[in-house]
This record gives sequence, C-alpha cells and structure tokens, in this order.
Amino acid sequence: MASGVNHGRRVVVSWVVLSAIATPLVAIFLGPAIPPGNDSAQGSEQVLANTWIVSLITPVICLLVVFFAYGLLTFRASGNAIVDGPPLRNDARIQIWWIATTSTIVLFLAGLGTYELLQNGSGGGQGPSPIAVPSGPKLEVQVIGQQWQFTYRYPTLGGMESPQLVLPADTDVELHVTSLDVVHSFWAYELGVKADANPGVDNVAYVQTKEPLTFHVRCAELCGLWHGYMFNNGKVVAKSDFQTWARAAQAAYAPIAKYMPVYAHVYLPDPQRRAG
Amino acid sequence: MTVARRLVGFNLLTAVVLGIGGWYAGWFGAHAIVGPSIAYFADTDYNELSVFLAYIGGVIGFLAGLGFFNYPWARLRGYPPSLREKETEGAGRYFGLCTDHKVVGIQYLWGIGLFFLIGGLNAMLIRTELLRPDHQVFPAGTYLTIVGLHGTMMMGMFTSGILGPFGNYLVPLMIGARRMAFPRIEALTFWLLMAAGVILETTIFFGGFPTGWTGYAPLSNEANAGMDCYILFFALVGISMTLLGLNMIATIVTMRAPGLTWTRLPIFVWGVLSTSILMVLAAPVLIATLAMEALDRTAQTTFFVAGGGGSNYLYENLFWFFGHPEVYILALPGFAIVLELLPVFARKPLWGYRLAVAGLLGVTLLSWMVWQHHLFVSGINGDLRPFYILSTELISIPTGFTFICGMMTLWRGQIRFTVPMLFCLAWFFNFLVGGLTGVFLSDTPSDVTTHGSFFSMAHFHYTIMGGLVFTFFAAIYYWVPKMTGFELNERLGKIHFWTMFIFFNSTFMPLFVAGFLGQPRRVVTYPHGLQFLNDWVSVSAFLLGLSMLLFLYNLVRSLAFAKVPAAANPWGSKSIEFQLPSPVPVHNFDRIPVFTSDPYGYGEDAGPVPVPAGAPAGRD
Repeated sequence: MASGVNHGRRVVVSWVVLSAIATPLVAIFLGPAIPPGNDSAQGSEQVLANTWIVSLITPVICLLVVFFAYGLLTFRASGNAIVDGPPLRNDARIQIWWIATTSTIVLFLAGLGTYELLQNGSGGGQGPSPIAVPSGPKLEVQVIGQQWQFTYRYPTLGGMESPQLVLPADTDVELHVTSLDVVHSFWAYELGVKADANPGVDNVAYVQTKEPLTFHVRCAELCGLWHGYMFNNGKVVAKSDFQTWARAAQAAYAPIAKYMPVYAHVYLPDPQRRAG
Repeated sequence: MTVARRLVGFNLLTAVVLGIGGWYAGWFGAHAIVGPSIAYFADTDYNELSVFLAYIGGVIGFLAGLGFFNYPWARLRGYPPSLREKETEGAGRYFGLCTDHKVVGIQYLWGIGLFFLIGGLNAMLIRTELLRPDHQVFPAGTYLTIVGLHGTMMMGMFTSGILGPFGNYLVPLMIGARRMAFPRIEALTFWLLMAAGVILETTIFFGGFPTGWTGYAPLSNEANAGMDCYILFFALVGISMTLLGLNMIATIVTMRAPGLTWTRLPIFVWGVLSTSILMVLAAPVLIATLAMEALDRTAQTTFFVAGGGGSNYLYENLFWFFGHPEVYILALPGFAIVLELLPVFARKPLWGYRLAVAGLLGVTLLSWMVWQHHLFVSGINGDLRPFYILSTELISIPTGFTFICGMMTLWRGQIRFTVPMLFCLAWFFNFLVGGLTGVFLSDTPSDVTTHGSFFSMAHFHYTIMGGLVFTFFAAIYYWVPKMTGFELNERLGKIHFWTMFIFFNSTFMPLFVAGFLGQPRRVVTYPHGLQFLNDWVSVSAFLLGLSMLLFLYNLVRSLAFAKVPAAANPWGSKSIEFQLPSPVPVHNFDRIPVFTSDPYGYGEDAGPVPVPAGAPAGRD
C-alpha cells in the first residue's frame, strides 16, 4: 500500500452500499416480474423461487462489478515498461471467507429449491410415483403426446378425448403425461407446467388453476419434423362452463368412443414401428 | 524428386483415395451380406448396415492411406521399435501422419478452426430462418438438420478445442519433455477427428438427422440414414477423446522433467490433466451408448424402445452421464487458460495455487454427480431431484475457487490490457452470467419453465462460447506468435475483441428473455410477439459472424502476408515455452531442463527456468 490507500476497504464498502441498494430493488421489482406469473399455484411457486434466486445473486454480481470496475481502473500498468506487482501468493483469511460465503449461499439455495419443490411439485413432471402431491381432491387429465400434437383424455368423463385442453378454474389437476411414439415435452406456459411425454411412462405433474384464462401449450422437446408446429391453445374456464363444455364434448365423442382404446396410464407403442 | 513421385506413398491424397475405396467396399460388402434378407430393411429408405460398414471401411482406408498401419505391420515383421515418424521439415509434414507434437498442435488448430467456421455458418443459417416467426427459408427437416449440424459439430469438435491445439503443443514444452508419451496415438487422435468431421457433414447426402446434438432415442430410431452419420461422428470423436485423454495423462504423470513437482506444475497443465480425466472416463460411455443405438437401428434390438423392454430413459441417462462431464470438458481448459495468463499480464504470481488446483479437481469430481439436472421434468427418479439440486449447486463452489484465484491475482497487479488479457477478462463476465443463470436451471422450480427453452440455450452459450471460445481466442493471441513465429496484428485483434464481446452479449443476452417468455429451443416457429427480440438477436449474430471473419482476416494477413517476426518472449512471460527460441526446435530441448520453481515468480527473485544449452543428450 504505497500511497497508504486501503483498496480492500474501499471495495468492500462500495460493495456493501451497492448491494444494499440493488438487492431490495431487484427483490421488489425484478423478481416478481419474472414469468411464468401467478396464473396457477405452481406458477406462483416458480415466481417465488425466481425472486429468491435473483435477489441472492444480486450481491454476487455487485461484488464482481465493484471489484472489476475498481481493480481494472486502479491497478493499470502505467507506461510501456514491464513492472512487476507485489508477489502476493496467498491469504488464508480471504480463502476461508470466500469458501464460507459461497458455501452458505449455495446450501441455502439448494435447501430453498428443495423446500419449494416439495410444496406442490412446482409444475414439473415427477414420474409415475410423485413425491410432492397436493392434498385434497384432484381432477385427473391425461396428456397424450404424439407426432405432432397433444390430445387429452378425461377418465372421469368416460375416457372422453379432446384435442384441446380445457380445465375448470380453482381446481387441483393431476396431469398424466405419456407419449405414443417419441419423447415430447408438455409445456403449458402460463400455468408453469412442464412434463416430458415418454413412451410407456406415466409422468405425473400437478397444477392448481386459478382464474379463467387462455394459455399456450407447446412441445418443449425436439420430436421430429413438425416439432416447431406442435402448439395449441388451452383454456381454464369457470366450473359451470366446464360442465357445459364437458357435456357437449362427450356427446361429440360418443360415436367414436367404441373405436378408441380403453383408458390406461400408458399405451405401449409397437416396438417395430419405424416411421420415416 | 518429381511431383508425381511425391504423390505416391502414404499421404493425404492416398488416404482420401483409399478412404473412398474403403467406403464402397463396406457399402457393397454389407449389401452382399444382407442381400438375402434385404426385405427386412425395406421399411427404411436405406440399408443401415451398409451405411455403417461403408463409413467404417472408409475410416480404415483413410487411416491406412495416411500410414497408421505401417508401424504395427513393421513390428509384426520383427523390425525394432521406434518413437518417431515423418518428423521432416517443410510444409508437407502438416498434411500427413507426423509424430512431432508441435506439428500435431498446429494441425489441430487449423483443422478445428475449419470445422468451427462451418459450425458458425450453420448458426448464421439458423438465425436467418428465425428472422420471421413462421417458417420461411428452409424446409422444416432441413432446419432441424442445420440445428443438429451446428450443435453436434460444436460440441463434438470443441471437446478437443483447447487440448488438441494447445494441449498437444504446450504440455510437452511446459513439463520439459521432448514428445508426448504416445506420439503415434497423438497423431491418430487428430486424423480421427478430421474423418469424423467429414462424416458428420456427409449426413446431408442421407437426408440429415432430426434430433439435434443430443440424439434422443426413440426419435433417432425412426430417423433416416443421416442419423448414422451422427452416430459415427460422435463415436469417432469419443475414440479420439479417449485416446487424447489417455495420452495426456500418461505424458503428464510420467514425463515431467526433474524438479517439476505437482505444486510447480503450470496451472494450464493441471487444467489439461483434469480435462483428460473427464475425457477418459466419459467418452467410453458415449461410445457404448452410440453402439447400442447403432444396434437398435441395424440389428433391430430394442435398447431404447419402450414396447420391446427398453427405455428412452436409458438413453437419456447414459447420454447425460457423458453429456455433463462433456460440458466441463469444454469449460475446464478455459478456467486453466485464464489462470495461466492472468499472472503474466498482472505481473503477479498466481494467487492461491493450491486452491486453484482444488477448484479444477473439485469440478472434475462433482461433474459426475449432476447429470440428472438435465432430466428434472422428464419424470425420471422424481425423489432424487433434491439430491441433484444440491450437487448442481455445489459445483459452483469449486468454480468459485477459479474466480477468487483469478480476481486476487489481478488485485494490486500491474495490469496490461493486451489482446489475450482482454479475452481473459471477458471470461469473468461471460462465465459469471453463464454460471449465475445456471442457478435458475439447477433449481427445479425455476427449471420447470426455463428447461428446454431459449433460456437454457443462452445459458450454455454463455458458458461454452463465453467460457471456452473466448479463452480459445485468448490462447490463440497469446501462443500463436510462439507457435508460428509471426506476430498477430494487435490493432485488428483489439477490434476483433471488442466487436466479438459486444455482439456476443447482444446476441445471447436477449435470449434469456426469449426463453422466459416461452420460446422453446430448436423450433422453426415462435410466437409473433417475440419477433423483435429474435430479429435483434439475428442481426447481432450476423455482426458476431463478421467479427469472426475479421479474426480470420487478421490471421491470414499476419501469418501469410505481413509476416512480422515475433520476439521469442513477446509478453515477458516466465513460463518455459517462452524461454525457447522461435520457432521451437524439432526436439524442443537439447538437454532436459531442471525446474526449481513454478513459472509464476513475478516480483520475486526467481527468474524463469533456464533452458540448458549444449550437446543433445541423445534422442529421448
């Protein structure tokens, strides 16, 4: 410290001040604005997770911004002659502080992610034996992926099949996602649901709908030629409207019902099927 | 010697001729084998077995033409063992089998650079297609093939992006050796990689492949014959990686000069060693997976077919068990280059040497335990997700070691902003963004939305392009003057850096937003509301492409036209490779040096390790 300046203190103080300003701003304004939004309980869970993460990484970003802004301006070599810096090889205190701090953040984030995951599954596919199961009655809906569309079966409505996903509002829905051919991924964007559709596997995901809305369904796993066109709209409707829709859809389905396979959680495809 | 006589013999021309001959031998041989049962294969357009055998025959012919079988054949006939082959002077040695590790390094640099250019052009085509929300320029199948070619080429070729050129060239110099442990295997890894690259590109003659770089089954089972090229490409890359890694480990463990203890080893060599460990253990898994996939496609086995007792989860598990170490195979050499270069340009010793080594080894260990974070929503092992959240988060601790060691090396230094230094400093920014966005993907609740979207695509471009490609350029600007003996133009280098840094960020930063707004990866269409974002990204990507062309211009101009001779030690480095004359003599050292310190003694009394001159102490 040739000029008697305590560079370390300057950086730490600037960092603390910047973090103290930036972190609350990020937590209040940026975090809640991150999609998928609050259209389902699972979506809210994700927004909360995103808010925590983005708030906790803000001080880390601030540290590096302050360090590099200060360091690169202060420790520039002046002139063209090559001059050596001080031979600092180690500092046990800095190492211990660094390891302790990063470990704490990391363990906290892992604990938080696990806690939030176990609340209601956060909308992710959990496989045939889910661990994060919302309590209470649930409407069972099956999502069947095939090249290149999703169809939906409602076992409580006589195994009725629909090309559009319609769900009642304020209801816990149990989605059973499976595939007839290759791997697809069922992504109901606004509801914060994503579950891979695997052939021969019953992949369960939960979503608790809130207000009525129209949401987008896209395939999120590359599934062949028309993967880019594998999207559709779905609807969350008021409970009474759902009953009306269900009766109409069942009536439309009745003539073809006898040609359809019996409702099952998986439909094994023919192993020798080798479409071009 | 006349030109005609020079063309006869074991060289690249013979290799191409024999390669084509071997291809047709395999093709017609397989048709003869399965001719009686050809109806069995009639449900596809091609006889898959003949495609596989054709390419295997082609590769064998290619290697035979280069002369790789001459030595084993000579040994069988009782000739004495030898360590070296074709170590002549002149430009011709770059176009054939050569066991000089410096020649192989330069071969790698140009070979990988060529395929990097092709992969980059594919990226430009992808961004052209995405200028409009509906599909417009390419047919959907062609678009998927372009996406697959871009991803596969980059992920496959760049596994050796640092270890190939710089590992092969520098490791023997840095450890005071005259050669690699297995010089013929070293040459073999390069030519296997080139054969693999050509095979991947020939997929377009068989209709391309629809799976992207991950090659998920069972989509790959129903894909047409272009898929075979993908399988053969990655299998050959896997073989090349395994051999390269084994060679590096053997060299570093057994051939260090006297006095070069583990704590004096340059950090770059530590990075090469940890990457090699990952390569040797991960690549065989990939080869086995692809062998199963090849059997599914040719012999109608059902490893990955649900109805036949198999499972697509088997493929996903095996692929990502290779695939996650693979991304650290790409990232770790970047860490090592940053830590190697910072002391030179901050004029300070590497801070916390042991912590830095612990960071590299910690990442090496932990990278085996995280692969199922690629499968959080796949429905596999739902109850193991908390473990994979934890292990994935933990890997940021050893990664953080690299950050603190790098930052403390800069602290109170005499920082010089040379072109390689700028690329190293950019690494901190890029890898910070890449690492912190990785937190969203490692956290299952957050991953549900970001998984498989442009968010994850932007994340891994920040870690791989921002982490690896930036350090790749740092290494080029730092070591190529040493390797070739010519300076690279600094002014053009700085323009290249700033344009690359700005347009890289302007290309990939908006894609985080696009991902959160619901744009999946690898789609030819996207919601109309995202067009502005995508157009912005496309224009930035084109400008990024121009920045790469500027680099190419600088390279060609500096090395072929300007030809300003580089000083032996242009950066004032204390590392031993810069104490050697330019160009480095064929057998590196007349006498093996004796190391008394690590190469980071800036500001300390210890000078660089002297290279002893004098009579050569015989060959090896």
